[in-house]
Order: sequence, then structure tokens, then C-alpha cells
Amino acid sequence: MEKTYYNPADLSKFGSITEWQPELGRKFFDYYGEVFKDGALTEREKSLIALAVAHAVQCPYCIDAYSTDCLQKGADEAQMMEALHVAAAIKGGAALVHGVQMMNKVKEVSM
Amino acid sequence: MGLSTKSLKGQHHELADSLYQLTVLQQPTSHGDQFPAFAARLKEHDLYPLTPTGTTILQINVGKMCNQTCKHCHVDAGPDRKEIMTRDTMQLCLDALQHSPQITTVDLTGGAPEMNPDFRWFVEELSKLGRQVIVRCNLTIILANKKYHDLPEFFQKHKVHVVSSLPYFMASRTDAQRGDGVFEKSIKALQMLNAVSYGKKGSGLLLDLVYNPSGAFLPSGQKAMEAEFKRRLKSGYGIEFNNLFCITNLPISRFLDYLVQSGNYEGYMQKLVESFNPVAASGVMCRNTISVGWDGYLYDCDFNQMLDLKVANTAQQHIRDFEVQALDSRHIILNQHCYGCTAGAGSSCGGETVK
Repeated sequence: MEKTYYNPADLSKFGSITEWQPELGRKFFDYYGEVFKDGALTEREKSLIALAVAHAVQCPYCIDAYSTDCLQKGADEAQMMEALHVAAAIKGGAALVHGVQMMNKVKEVSM
Repeated sequence: MGLSTKSLKGQHHELADSLYQLTVLQQPTSHGDQFPAFAARLKEHDLYPLTPTGTTILQINVGKMCNQTCKHCHVDAGPDRKEIMTRDTMQLCLDALQHSPQITTVDLTGGAPEMNPDFRWFVEELSKLGRQVIVRCNLTIILANKKYHDLPEFFQKHKVHVVSSLPYFMASRTDAQRGDGVFEKSIKALQMLNAVSYGKKGSGLLLDLVYNPSGAFLPSGQKAMEAEFKRRLKSGYGIEFNNLFCITNLPISRFLDYLVQSGNYEGYMQKLVESFNPVAASGVMCRNTISVGWDGYLYDCDFNQMLDLKVANTAQQHIRDFEVQALDSRHIILNQHCYGCTAGAGSSCGGETVK
């Protein structure tokens, strides 16, 4: 086992997950490839969404990959940071909206 | 890292030596592995030896002098470079073109080609030969001195196809690569070119832009990038242009220096190697282009020129001996930097090579 859980060199080995389950691995990568193609959203917009999600799920591999991918697709720094704020707003909002649940419970058990 | 105004050569930097650059390109990785030899990758796809498909473009580097010292420049051009093509050598190019009707396009590059004192004479003579003339104009030269202010009209008169570098539609990344204030001057120069109808629909005056990434990453999606450039330049500055060419930075000269200094060399090479695309390899520009150096020597491309890798045909290594049929049977000289032209959708002086 490595001394750290994350090794940057492992990112380029992502494809090797197919070695232990080729069929599901291939299906995943085919799907992945299709998802990021130009469609109703542009490749740049999809890359910005991926960057935001990468931060929300706090995946260092994805942050590495999609920071570069956003640059490659021509996104500027302000767009990338705004995408992160969307992720942060949703994560923060997701915590705070439960405040209503908290308030409901407190009201339920209070005189 | 700040932007030096001196070339690597002016700094007596070890990477100014082409042999040293080739040594760096052959070095093993930090893990002791070798990147696969480019020639071996071509062999796997029946593309070795790489041969021309028929030369139709003569790319002429008329000198290394430039008013800019861009961080990524593969020519190591700058104000301190004195290598300039003479009128005699230009005449040899004209003679070669006269007996090579299959060459339909002449692509003038530098440095800033306009700084060559015989530049205008050369364009006029090329124009008389009826060939399509491309000038790789860095834009800021138009504003650099009064004597260059009428370049847009000169280009217009000779129906020159203008190809200009603009690495981004914002100042931050453009200036980081090309120097402080370059973006603002480039915008003004583009507006001057637009004012004489360059880039305008129906004018027949082509104005194309070149996008080079401002850092250790590859270009991607030329068509989408072109749409974004058009949208931003039109809405922000009223600028119009025809096509955007996405060009990969090759790991040589000043870009190699940047990669090594910033600790990005290995990762960048890895990315190029992983992105090798055999379709792009079959469409590389060295198959239809011959590059002429400021001193008249011949190369398979501008990159090989900067690495001092002359064409393999020893009998036709100089423009005075130019025989296009003989040159079309040559084997193209390859090295590890060639991965830069075969990554992803490919890269050439005309942008992506995989359509």
C-alpha cells in the first residue's frame, strides 16, 4: 500500500479498472465518453459542470483532470471560480435547508 | 516567472543549443522509463519511414528578429536576434518557386517577418508569381513603429492571407505568454485590419487567428474554441475574423525552457505521448510543406529548422539546389518533439489536422 491514499500518477491509470471487470468497465468508459461530447450543452459547459461537481465530491483526481480540461476547452478563470461557487452554494444550501427540518423538530418538541 | 526580453541565445542559455534540446528530449523520466520513440509509434501504424504526400507549401522563415519575446516561442526570436534573410536568398526562393508550379502557397514567418528590410519587395515579387502568400503577423508589429502602420493596406493590396497569433480573448493569458500590453495592441491591430476589410464576409481578405495554449496544456476543440473567440472578440471589441487555428506548443526552445523551469516537462510529454493519434500522424504538415531557413537551408518543418535538423536529401539541402520532385522522395526527419503534431486532433500551422 502507498504511504498516501492519493497518488497523482494513478489518474492516468484510471482505465486499468477494466482489467478486473472488463464489461462493466468498458460500458462505463463508453458512457463517460458519450456524456462529455458536444450536445445540448457544449463540451466547455460540461467541463465546467464536472469541475464544480469534482469540488463538491472532493475528488482530487477529478479536480486535477477538470482544471486542465477547462483550460483546454477555453474556459477562463472567472468562469471556473463561478462554477465552484455554484457547487459551494448548493453544498451550503443543502446543509442550511435542513435548518427547516431542525426548526420543525424543535417546534414539535417545544412548548 | 516574469517575461524576459532576451532570447535564450542572448542569455547564453544551454537550451539555445539545439543539440542540448535534443538531449533533453531523449532523457528518461524521473521513474527511469523512456518515452516511446516517435518513429516506433509510426512503425506500429505503417507510417514509417514518413514520406511527403506532395509539396504544395513553401514556408520561408525570413529572420529571427522580432519586436516580442514570447514565452513559448519555438524560434527563440526577439529584438536581439540578428539572423535575417538577404535579398539574394529571397531571389533563390523566387527562382525555386518559378520552376515548382506545384507549390501554390508561400507561408512567410519569422520572428516578425515584416522586420526584414526586404519584406515588402519579397511579397511584391511573390505576388507577381501568382502564389497565395501567407504572412504570419504578430499584430503588435503594426503598431510598433510608424513605418509599419500602413501594413494593413500593404497586405490588402497584395491580397495577403494574414495569420495572427492571439492566444486568448482576454489580456491576462495573452500578456502572460506574449508580454505586457500585447493584448491591447493586438486588439488595436485587429481593428486596423478589419478597417481595410480583413476578416469581413465577402471581402476575400482572409484574417485567421492562431490559438496557442498559455501553459502546459493541450488545445482542444478548434471549432468550439473558434465560436467562443468570435463571440468574445465581436461583443468585446467589434472584431471579426475568419478561422481560428488551434496549435499545440511543441516542447522545444523557449516552451521547453518554460516546461523544465515550471516542473511541467514530464507531465506535458506524457500527455503528448498518451494523446498520440495515428490519424493526425498521417496528416502532419511536413508531408506537404518544406521549410526554408533565413540562410536558405531546407528543413521538413519550422520546428526541425529550429532544432537544426536539415532535410535528409544531402544533395538538396539548400534553396539554391531546390528540386521539388527529388525532395518529395525524401524521408522526413523525426524526433520526440514530433509528438506535438500528432496529439489529439493534430496540430499544424493551419491548426487541427483531423477534420
